[in-house]
Amino acid sequence: MTDLAQRVPTVLGVQIRSRAGRRLLRHRGALFGGSLVAFFVVMALAAPLFATHDPMATDWAAVRKAPSWAHVMGTDEIGRDVYSRFVWGARTSLMAGVVSVVFALAVGVPFGVLAGYVGGWTDVVISRCTEALLSCPFLILAIAFAAFLGPSLTNAMIAIGLSAAPIFVRLARGQTLSVKAEDYVDGARAVGLTHPRIVLRYIVPNIFPPLLVQATLTIATAIIAEASLSFLGLGQQPPDPSWGSMLSIAKNFMTHAPWMSIWPGVGIFLVVFGFNLFGDGLRDALDPRGD
Amino acid sequence: MLTYFLRRLVGIVPTVVLVSMFVFALQQMLPGDPALAMAGEERDPESIAYIREKYRLNEPIWVQYGYWIAGVLQGDLGISLRTNIPVTELIAQKLPVTIQLAVMAIVIALLIGIPMGALSAIKRGTPLDWIANVTALSGLSIPNFWLGILLILLVSVHLGWLPASGYESPFVDPAQNLRTMIMPAFVLGTALAATMMRHTRSAMLEVLTSDYVRTARAKGVRERLVIFRHAFRNALIPVVTIGTLQFGELLAGAVLTEQVFTIPGFGKQIVDAVFNRDYAVVQGVVLFSSLAFILLNLLADMAYFVLNPRIRV
Repeated sequence: MTDLAQRVPTVLGVQIRSRAGRRLLRHRGALFGGSLVAFFVVMALAAPLFATHDPMATDWAAVRKAPSWAHVMGTDEIGRDVYSRFVWGARTSLMAGVVSVVFALAVGVPFGVLAGYVGGWTDVVISRCTEALLSCPFLILAIAFAAFLGPSLTNAMIAIGLSAAPIFVRLARGQTLSVKAEDYVDGARAVGLTHPRIVLRYIVPNIFPPLLVQATLTIATAIIAEASLSFLGLGQQPPDPSWGSMLSIAKNFMTHAPWMSIWPGVGIFLVVFGFNLFGDGLRDALDPRGD
Repeated sequence: MLTYFLRRLVGIVPTVVLVSMFVFALQQMLPGDPALAMAGEERDPESIAYIREKYRLNEPIWVQYGYWIAGVLQGDLGISLRTNIPVTELIAQKLPVTIQLAVMAIVIALLIGIPMGALSAIKRGTPLDWIANVTALSGLSIPNFWLGILLILLVSVHLGWLPASGYESPFVDPAQNLRTMIMPAFVLGTALAATMMRHTRSAMLEVLTSDYVRTARAKGVRERLVIFRHAFRNALIPVVTIGTLQFGELLAGAVLTEQVFTIPGFGKQIVDAVFNRDYAVVQGVVLFSSLAFILLNLLADMAYFVLNPRIRV
């Protein structure tokens, strides 16, 4: 009985996952989005190789120079190479997106699973708190957290993570409620498995796919949120490069150095577009109705 | 119907109480002594003692919350530490500007999003559908502050058609008001238009494959009538709800748009307050926008209840 209870969902899970994998590989949008994301991930990881100049090095003889062979994306208000800052900025943006979502998952999923699995007053309390947090617009909440924690990239990531956590609490709770009602969970309970083992072995693996889709889409939101906080001066602090802070400076030189405003925005747009496309494709691939 | 509304109204009470607790708790996140953080540059013992006294920082936290919430219930959100103006008054001054911006943005979003979504559903699988979908996804992926910068570069700097920044009250000069607000409203409405488009498309697709539309077609009703009288009207129900819910998001989006276009609204107020370390204003704005969001949520629920007879059964 124990064997059967363990094997059935696993076998089903493997079948579903491999079918979803095949559907994902056939999804042109997901492939294109995934490639965009992969390109920026490689650029971020290998930033020292991609960058042509030191992103912090100033050159007073080359202040606000238009794009040329020496500086393909031009230079900024203190002569720094925009391309090199763009490359290093990718690292900040992607790191902020991924770290804040991992933080949101780490905070949100345990509470969501707890609420859904235990039920009763635990569920009421957690759900009410989640509702309260969800009733504050995401960006205003992130600004408030960043304001009270102090302006820095780390605090911006905590602020974004805390603001995104309620989304995962709600999703994990809903998914846990539906998985909890499955026969194999009843089976596991009947053979005497402990609650922590049931949660870790049967609940968490089975609520993972929708969480993965949501996480992918939330990374896109988090990247825009980090850029927004940095644009407002609440995220990455100068002189370290980030796409948001580059745009914040660029807006003061729109007439004299418009190139400063173009590339960081293109970077944010492409990477967020990539994550959104990939997330949409992943959702389609994991949707059992796709069969 | 009345019972449903009353039940929903009672249901939001715990949420409102928790939101107030949470907003109050924000102050506890200040690193170190909150009185020192609030005092900012003016760190003379007198100012610090005044702040400690004013916010009852020597009292236990639940006592501090008790005093604070008692004030909030009487419409007192505190006094700005920098300007000495009551926070409620500051919000009341700035809010109409943001509401005008949000209303204009929602109108633009509706004008773009709904026809695009409906057309995309009707022409499903065609290049038009593909273009509409890519445009919508691009609208969701573009940071609105960057779109604002690009539009300023193009429309204001190169073409010189509209002012790049500034604000004029509609009661003083309506034409100038429109000239200063149309570009920010477009920027703010872009993401919402994309959301509207996606929801209209999926709602239309669902309705177009429903039994009653099939029956209408089988009866020989003209396709134009099927689309407009049967499908479109029903597909609009979820879109109305989403539009109401998104209004709260527009308040948040306005933070960046107002910053780019230097519009003296509610969004710019929170940013200025953050940099002035005017924490009472930050708390007031967060509390106010959360309450507005809860209220809009309730209105969306009610609109859905009134528009959709099926959930009344």
